[in-house]
Amino acid sequence: MKHEIVEKNIGLMIVFIILVISGGFLAEVLPLFFLKSVNEPIEGLEPLSALELEGRDIYIREGCHVCHTQQIRPFRAETERYGHYSVAGEFVYERPFLWGSKRTGPDLARVGGRYSDAWQRQHLYNPRSVVPESNMPAFPWLFEDVVNHKGTAAKLSALQTLGVPYTDEQISSAAGELEGKFEIEALVAYLQQLGTVLSDKR
Amino acid sequence: MSTFWSIWVSVIVLGTVFGCWWLLHATRKSQTTDVETERTVGHSFDGIEEYDNPLPKWWFYLYVSTCVFALGYLALYPGLGNFNGLLNWTSANQWEAEVAAADEKYGEIYAQYGQTPVVELAQDEDALKIGQRLFANNCAVCHGSAARGQVGFPNLTDDDWLWGGTPEAILQTLHNGRMGNMPAKGVMPNMTNEQVDQVVNYVLSFSGREKDAAAAEAGKAVFAQGCVACHGPEGKGIEAMGAPNLTDNVWLYGSNYEWIKETVLHGRQNEMPAQSGRLSSDQIQILAAYVYSLSN
Repeated sequence: MKHEIVEKNIGLMIVFIILVISGGFLAEVLPLFFLKSVNEPIEGLEPLSALELEGRDIYIREGCHVCHTQQIRPFRAETERYGHYSVAGEFVYERPFLWGSKRTGPDLARVGGRYSDAWQRQHLYNPRSVVPESNMPAFPWLFEDVVNHKGTAAKLSALQTLGVPYTDEQISSAAGELEGKFEIEALVAYLQQLGTVLSDKR
Repeated sequence: MSTFWSIWVSVIVLGTVFGCWWLLHATRKSQTTDVETERTVGHSFDGIEEYDNPLPKWWFYLYVSTCVFALGYLALYPGLGNFNGLLNWTSANQWEAEVAAADEKYGEIYAQYGQTPVVELAQDEDALKIGQRLFANNCAVCHGSAARGQVGFPNLTDDDWLWGGTPEAILQTLHNGRMGNMPAKGVMPNMTNEQVDQVVNYVLSFSGREKDAAAAEAGKAVFAQGCVACHGPEGKGIEAMGAPNLTDNVWLYGSNYEWIKETVLHGRQNEMPAQSGRLSSDQIQILAAYVYSLSN
């Protein structure tokens, strides 16, 4: 074949470029949509409660995922420190997932239950008060602001549409559950459940 | 993976490799000479022309070798659908091998330490070095790197213990965790603000620091009603409940009038998380020895 044919027929060239670019996607991504091990929740996985879900949104809002990953890789050095390596089935309800790629702080995939609620609150109020060498920012406003629950029901219902098994009762009672809750309570509730479904001895 | 997707992936992956191979040869064939000449491909854009010369040999063979490498890789590692590769490698079994190798190397040492009584282990310098590392990784976040604690998190280097400082008590604390719960206003939910003031003064009087002697005297009765159940008639605390001794000068939450008032008014909840599911029992044994060694 002559270069000329491709170079002078821009339509044909576009077709070839799309073919070449989509090769990786078709082989590496597309089959995952149909693979059970990545689509099915692991045993015992429950969707986040309304409070935890709002906590997750606060986690995203405050940029926690920028410095903390939520993915333990299958290396001994990581599993010794953080616990069982992460598996795909833990994240099927995550939209979007918060795996992250940069660890300024430690991985949080299994931080749930690792520290007490009191520690989490104090640490978020002022990290230096418990870990003197920490360079994490303080988040004192979480203790003053109450959770905005205007959009909670809509969020739950959007997730339900995407296949997260929320019941209609959960959606209708969501706003009521959050009445008067402070943001810190939501965030701590979210953190304390992270990775607790798959707990394994290190 | 179903057979369909397995074939799908294999066809695309192999197709890509052979497609590259084909492209290389197809474009090479269009060249009419094997030696470099001044000949151009014939077109000219704004006076810029392109030589029609063969691909450099080093580049050509490098390209061929990447295709060969790809085929070798696909034979050894999983890349073609359900074919596991000749090495049978997965990230999970790589991890298992790593853990098994570590177990072989350290397992015996840990097992031996795990069976040594805490008091004896606390004399073993090598065990304490391991304990110190475990402490730094798992405990220092709350108790501090020097184990001196901070407000709300107990100092482990002194002789004062909330839940007991015997090897058995320390092991129990580490394995199963502890839940400390002081209810607001003790067991006397209808305590008035005046009574709160009185009982705080009474508690301060244990160490001779009361603000108001009369209030402290009146506080004795309030204490007897609201606090004795956990802190004991003399305020010396009850270890089995994690209720602190109020008569020594060791305070988990601050020792002045305002702090104590805050504690009485709102109660205190605290938790030492259980380590059983996180650390092996051998590791916990070593940690217990390390903690024990800090005050003995």
